[in-house]
Amino acid sequence: MGDSFRNIDGKVIVERLIATIHENRAYLSEIDGAIGDGDHGINMDKGFTLVEKELHGREMNMSEAFKTLGRTLVDEIGGSMGPLYGVFFKRMARASKEADEVTAETLEAMIGAAYEGIQSLGEANVGDKTLVDTLAPAVAAVRDARANGAALGGAVDAMIDAAETGWKSTEDLVARVGRSSRLGERSRGVLDAGATSCYLLLKSMGETMKELTGA
Amino acid sequence: MQRIINNPDHVVEDYLKGYVKAHPDIIAPTANPRVLKYVNAPVDGKVGIVTGGGSGHKPAFSGYIGKNLVDAVAVGEVFSSPTAKAFYDAMKAADSRHGVAVLYGNYAGDVMNVKMAMEDAEDDDIIVKTVLANDDVPSAPKDQRAKRRGVAGEILMWKVGGAKAALGGSLDEVIAAAQKAMDNTRSVGIGLTPCTIPAVGKPNFTIEPGKMEVGIGHHGEPGISVQDLRSADEMAEMSLDIVLPDLPFSSGDEVVVLVSGLGATPVMELYIYYNRIAEILGDKNILVYRPYVGNYFTSLEMMGVTLTVMKLDEELKELVDLDCYSMGIKQGSV
Repeated sequence: MGDSFRNIDGKVIVERLIATIHENRAYLSEIDGAIGDGDHGINMDKGFTLVEKELHGREMNMSEAFKTLGRTLVDEIGGSMGPLYGVFFKRMARASKEADEVTAETLEAMIGAAYEGIQSLGEANVGDKTLVDTLAPAVAAVRDARANGAALGGAVDAMIDAAETGWKSTEDLVARVGRSSRLGERSRGVLDAGATSCYLLLKSMGETMKELTGA
Repeated sequence: MQRIINNPDHVVEDYLKGYVKAHPDIIAPTANPRVLKYVNAPVDGKVGIVTGGGSGHKPAFSGYIGKNLVDAVAVGEVFSSPTAKAFYDAMKAADSRHGVAVLYGNYAGDVMNVKMAMEDAEDDDIIVKTVLANDDVPSAPKDQRAKRRGVAGEILMWKVGGAKAALGGSLDEVIAAAQKAMDNTRSVGIGLTPCTIPAVGKPNFTIEPGKMEVGIGHHGEPGISVQDLRSADEMAEMSLDIVLPDLPFSSGDEVVVLVSGLGATPVMELYIYYNRIAEILGDKNILVYRPYVGNYFTSLEMMGVTLTVMKLDEELKELVDLDCYSMGIKQGSV
């Protein structure tokens, strides 16, 4: 108990991600409005709402649900976040599709592949005030936890902790890529919207995974 | 928010429906509701011209669909890049098997979505090449020109690229002409009031009464300085002081000047501003070969003005002069 869950039971992970974006629509737009154009929550919610319709009443496992999520974001939401989160979830789907049981090893493969997908599109590095500041430490934390023999629950805890620290670090950073980079010093002092949504998504995903393991 | 809308989340869907009804002689819908095309596209034997970007800039982007201009446009949410799928479908709508030139603005989202669309196009053997517009001088220092945003200078890039394609240019020749246009074009904007994305419902930045923001981007990206509001003449002087030294433009040059309102500016005031622009250029012995003054590239209901100047050579003159017919520019006796 606590080490894994069945892929076939994992559709709920994506359903909870959708609920998370619905709940945070206004919050994400407000954060984005401080240094961006204030539509991050709106565009994310629009895309995730479409996914909700795609998933409704259909049986699928976690990997298929992630694939549907990724494809819908690429095809429907545009902006920077459509391709970035589209690739993010498509790669998670691909990295887990052969796994009947989702373990800490699967999580490591999923989040690692998601990060590689983001890097193939964008040019952001840690410290540039983007979602990479949340994601990169989360990837490293899962890898370290696994190296130390952690099971899924432990790997998830490490992932969420590292993602939170990374997310909060964006408040004191100056944006170097994306639209807010035009602001220079004026971008300091507020959280990055993409780093925020990335933290909320990783946290929701991790918490649902833990629930599924029965931990 | 005092606006003429229905559901604020559906402004793009809603305006597109009216748009195709209003311009059936120029614009045709496609199977993808976020892609519009020229009624005659793909034009046999011609390189396809594609652009795209966020909504809220009317008449850009789709207003430049038309004869001797743009063949297909990918439409995004307000101030947000179109999807990769929309760019891909626009490439397909413009392709007559002579290649497609995607001429678009330098914004992170657009760059990513075009990149993903090009991968799909490659799988279909559609040859796609791109030019990125980066005419906005205040958005990055001169030694980092590749980081600059594309603004109203994009229109001149479409005009030149569209004309080169119409005259039978190959894909490489179209790309070279559009790149030459961009390399010789510089812009600057001044904002007096913010603008409100309908779905957000409130202005996403502020400009205090009595102030103006010099160098503002056309989504409200902050400029280089916030100053006390000045006269139109002083705004014109300030704009030219930023634009002219950057290329630089100099005595004896022949130029296109494009002055655009940002959405809420009375057109009358654009002429007050243009008058001083023309006077100063005259004093500097820079010849205005062709002026465009009007609402060519807006930013929802922002009050403000942009100045774009393009230095011409013989090829660019010929391409700028070619007749064209679109909602945004009607030129000659087409």
